[in-house]
Amino acid sequence: MLYREAGQFKTTYVADQQIFPILQDRVFVLAVTVVAFLAVPMFASPYLYTEILIPFLILSLAAIGLNILVGYCGQVSLGTGGFMAVGAYAAYNLWLRVPEVNNLVVVFLFGGVMAAAVGILFGIPSLRIKGFYLAVATLASQFFLDWLFARVKWLTNYTPSGSVAVGNLSVFGWKIETPADRYLLILGLVVLATLVAKNLVRGHIGRSWMAIRDMDIAAEIIGFRPLRTKLTAFAVSSFFIGVAGAMWAFLRLGAWEPLAFDINRSFQILFMVIIGGLGSLLGSFLGAAFIVLMPILLNQLPGWFGIRMSTALLSHLEFMVFGAMIVFFLIVEPHGLARLWAVAKEKLRLWPFPH
Amino acid sequence: MLGPFLETLIGGLLTGVLYSLVALGFVLIFKASGVFNFAQGAMVLFAALTIARLSGEIDGKEVHLANFVVAAAILGVAVAFIGWYAWREYVARGAGPGERRRMLVLAAVGALVGGIAAYSYGKGAWPLWLAIAATAAIMGLLAYAIERLVLRHLVNQEGIILFMATLGIANFLDGLGQTLWGSDIYKINLGLPKDPIFLFEGVFPGGLLVDPGELVAAAIAAGLVVVLAIFFQKTRVGRALRAVADDHAAAQSVGIPLNTIWLIVWTVSGLVALAAGLIWGAKLGVQFSISLIALKALPVLILGGFTSVPGAIVGGLIIGAGEKLSEVFLAPILVKQFDLAGGGIENWFAYMLALVFLLFRPQGLFGERIIERV
Repeated sequence: MLYREAGQFKTTYVADQQIFPILQDRVFVLAVTVVAFLAVPMFASPYLYTEILIPFLILSLAAIGLNILVGYCGQVSLGTGGFMAVGAYAAYNLWLRVPEVNNLVVVFLFGGVMAAAVGILFGIPSLRIKGFYLAVATLASQFFLDWLFARVKWLTNYTPSGSVAVGNLSVFGWKIETPADRYLLILGLVVLATLVAKNLVRGHIGRSWMAIRDMDIAAEIIGFRPLRTKLTAFAVSSFFIGVAGAMWAFLRLGAWEPLAFDINRSFQILFMVIIGGLGSLLGSFLGAAFIVLMPILLNQLPGWFGIRMSTALLSHLEFMVFGAMIVFFLIVEPHGLARLWAVAKEKLRLWPFPH
Repeated sequence: MLGPFLETLIGGLLTGVLYSLVALGFVLIFKASGVFNFAQGAMVLFAALTIARLSGEIDGKEVHLANFVVAAAILGVAVAFIGWYAWREYVARGAGPGERRRMLVLAAVGALVGGIAAYSYGKGAWPLWLAIAATAAIMGLLAYAIERLVLRHLVNQEGIILFMATLGIANFLDGLGQTLWGSDIYKINLGLPKDPIFLFEGVFPGGLLVDPGELVAAAIAAGLVVVLAIFFQKTRVGRALRAVADDHAAAQSVGIPLNTIWLIVWTVSGLVALAAGLIWGAKLGVQFSISLIALKALPVLILGGFTSVPGAIVGGLIIGAGEKLSEVFLAPILVKQFDLAGGGIENWFAYMLALVFLLFRPQGLFGERIIERV
């Protein structure tokens, strides 16, 4: 009843080609955005910001980046953590060495661009190597980049073990100090990036990615250039991931070392993409929310039931439950949470009078 | 110059054999079911933890009696089943009526006997052979659980979904092992000789220093490889496994039960994981970092090819030798040249080596040629 597109006629191409062709979708997305920008800062506590909202938003962006590569272009990558590290350390070096540029947006963009460059470099093997061979080959980038930031002293300004810290941040003169400031900045950037990503994947470039994903030889024969298509996917994906890495380092951690971007980070983001749904931007958000909230929930759960456990046991149980949940979700819905959402929408169209 | 070089080379090759062992577990599963099993490392850790805790002196750390009883019960069931299977195959020649009920009764009796034995024995260190047998039975049960609870529900899914599922299994196993057995560093005492031996003392000044423990470990690994090769080439089950690896549908249509084959394959790779865990645990101690050994085996895998058993072995040797040689000879040059904060290039060198190989042979050294059609 509420979600019915009957009677919504598109009379122009512009109306037909907008991102959300259905009125209810537009209203809903707008409402969520308004709530996120205006209502959330009114009641949110610092804990909610630093432990839930900020990680959720930044990792969503990283998941979008990876989803472009894995979900849209079909190139499995396990090097996400490494590209995040490139973004973080490139941003750090610009921030450190060019103090005149005390503008986080510029710093983040630089991190993204550097990550894109490195991404292209490590994307070149994808022209020869496919499938799981490629997945394992991308691990090379992960380990190499991890090593690079731990060992090359210049990149980390000669600090021991590569741990660096930033402070005194601002954007166009706006000092970023409280968690609320960080949240708003991240939210703004993520909304913008999502818009860009959405337009990329529904345009010409996105279609060429999908053609390559579905069958690369066929796509090549009908005229998509694999070199350009795959490398743009690597570049765009790494750009988003690099920006996310820079944001993670600057706005979530503040002080970090290469270990913050190790292989577990790569797996974490791949989990988000798979659990959320391959080839779906909404899925990236849902997956990120799931993976961010899940450990917090598991951590709190015994406390709510009044069960006391040692922290070691709790963390082991968390591992177990997390693993079991992953398997459970994959079995129940291999196409991810986004698919569940699509099914719900389909049901909602007929509600409350199904055939 | 030649002396140190050979020494490093031999050390690398011996380590490489162990990498091959882990890679072998990957290859077996990938060949038979197309699953890229990331849980292999977690299986190694789980097996090593179980052996260490069942056989080790109880060093003040609590291990529940229940763990011993359950382990013994599982062992009892396994022994009962193996006995029954042998009896059916070689004495009775075929299945009789009421088989299912008889199986259940048998399993219950096995569990009861094992459980009571462990309970009356009390908790304490088991002899190593018993611990290994019990762990083998547990790995079999684990394979059964994975096949039954996970893989069966994911038939016909894309490779990446299966891969993610094994990542979930890896998480689960890491947690399970440490919940059951604790997360301290344990020792496995295989009774390997510790004193280094020197070879060719006449040829090189001072001779070549070789760790006999590694030598024994490599010998065990090599023996295992031979046994596996015989199992694959000469037995009925092995032939069925190869048929499944060739073509699922065709194998099924001539009457090979896929689920049973998968169960066997996962059990075999569980046993390979057990061997790897035993050797690595004896060498480095049993701790969480053992599960990262899977990451060491991956370059071996892509170098040798996902579907090739000889590839896993040759790949392991190349990677092991390359890694050690690069660390000893290349890293100091790099450190000096670029003013690095230490070497440690062995973490990525193997991957880069494999990557360069792949650029020339995308299917690995011995992998099946990839034929693509539109």
